[in-house]
Amino acid sequence: MIWQFDIIILIFLVVAAIVSLRLKDLLGASMVFGIYSFLICLLWAEMGAVDVAFTEAAVGAGVSTVIMIATIFSTTRRSKD
Amino acid sequence: MDPIIANFIEENIVPKFNYWIYVILMMIGLYAMITKNNLIKKLIGMAIFQTAIILFYVSIGVKEDGGIPIISHHGPDHHQETEAHSEAGSENLKHNIIDKDKYANPLPHVLMLTAIVVGVSTLGLALAISQRIHKSFGTLEEDEILNKLRPGGHD
Repeated sequence: MIWQFDIIILIFLVVAAIVSLRLKDLLGASMVFGIYSFLICLLWAEMGAVDVAFTEAAVGAGVSTVIMIATIFSTTRRSKD
Repeated sequence: MDPIIANFIEENIVPKFNYWIYVILMMIGLYAMITKNNLIKKLIGMAIFQTAIILFYVSIGVKEDGGIPIISHHGPDHHQETEAHSEAGSENLKHNIIDKDKYANPLPHVLMLTAIVVGVSTLGLALAISQRIHKSFGTLEEDEILNKLRPGGHD
């Protein structure tokens, strides 16, 4: 565990979470949510949980971003809040 | 700075920073699930909530200078017995004492592996349901859906 990486990634994590909830464009929000997933994948690799890290990279950042974008393109892209 | 505040930061915030961020992320996700009006935004909040809980569990298993929980066959514990490699693997493991402080605790990792998969299936089901909602109501905003569901509402 490298505490410098830890603190930097955790701060970026909070920023990415807030930005993905503040964006009014749903496609942009789901892209920032993909960035959030990759950041938390980096955090787990750094904390020694490599199995959780590659599962998160494949399933969390890959599959859930793809199904979220598929939903947005088959419904609507605008959001009021 | 006030010495009481400086002491508090030094004793409680710096060594337990993972847990503070876990609480903050959990509150962000809960806030989004309660107050956001769009269904996709609510689902993003739910996913953030799930990853915050996983962050808490993985942070429990971290040790001060612990590496990844994989036992290396050419690690520092094995250099004294190069001729013992002809023995069976179980015999080899029996003679080596594994220093558990060098490895992160793998039990929370295995539990959270299941939680990630369950979380993504929950997200997929919820997105499928919101596609059906958009098909029958024409919108993803919660207040417009409730307005159409009301007896006096149009539609």
